[in-house]
Amino acid sequence: MAIIETKVRGAATDELALVQAAKGGDVSAFEELVKRYDRNVFRIAQHITQNREDAEDVVQDAFLKAYGNLEQFQGNSKFYTWLVRIAVNESLMKLRRRRTDRTVSLDEDIKTEEDTMPREIADWSPNPEQLYKQGELKDILRKTIQGLPASFRTVFVLRDVEGLSTEETAEALDLSIPAVKSRLLRARLQLRERLNKYFRKPRGGDGKK
Amino acid sequence: MTCADFLKELTDYLDAAIDESTRAELEDHLAWCHNCYVICNTTKKTIEIYRDSQLYELPEELRSRLEVAILSKCASKKNPSTT
Repeated sequence: MAIIETKVRGAATDELALVQAAKGGDVSAFEELVKRYDRNVFRIAQHITQNREDAEDVVQDAFLKAYGNLEQFQGNSKFYTWLVRIAVNESLMKLRRRRTDRTVSLDEDIKTEEDTMPREIADWSPNPEQLYKQGELKDILRKTIQGLPASFRTVFVLRDVEGLSTEETAEALDLSIPAVKSRLLRARLQLRERLNKYFRKPRGGDGKK
Repeated sequence: MTCADFLKELTDYLDAAIDESTRAELEDHLAWCHNCYVICNTTKKTIEIYRDSQLYELPEELRSRLEVAILSKCASKKNPSTT
């Protein structure tokens, strides 16, 4: 069975040099970093906040915060991981502001053994993404991931959509590696379970999805 | 190996983050357990669909606007470390 391939990001060989130049006040060096990562930051922010305006604000705030705190960046981690950490925190703050209970947290970990046990085991059509028009498919995927707790959604997006390693995800979210793995497993299984109703093979030849 | 044991290892299996002997045990389980086989395949597909679907792309026009806003604010700070 083929194994999920991790998305490969551009090489980061010149990245430290750009950060050093930006620390010295070279805005064009920082511009290069913004252009390299603004699309990623937007995707992450939109996934966490589920709100377009908030995601736009997060892109601006995260880069400005990164610029203002470049001295704090020691180069022990990748610049991107450090930036993601800032962007996730900004996104969670936005999310809390919109929630009346204000309890959104990455520590949110609804711990039961049952929720890793799939309730419905249905095989999917061979190419489930082709069952729907592209716009329709995107709506289904957005609606489905929106239903996950923020802590699961965030781990899934960093690992499986953005392609960060487990270690980078743990560092960006300030979680232990076992905590990342446990949330990732549950996020993946819950999404799978919720997608069943859209993607399962038709039964009994009645032609219905 | 039970199905619950298999599920515990599923994430590491899909991420190819397990040793050879555990991998062999998991594949042995997959060979006869249809339910776990289906779960494994559909979970893998779930990941692929989300990874490839580009749900939230940043439109170029908005991207340019954000870049201009960010960089003009950066330029107004003489030195990043003075903030």
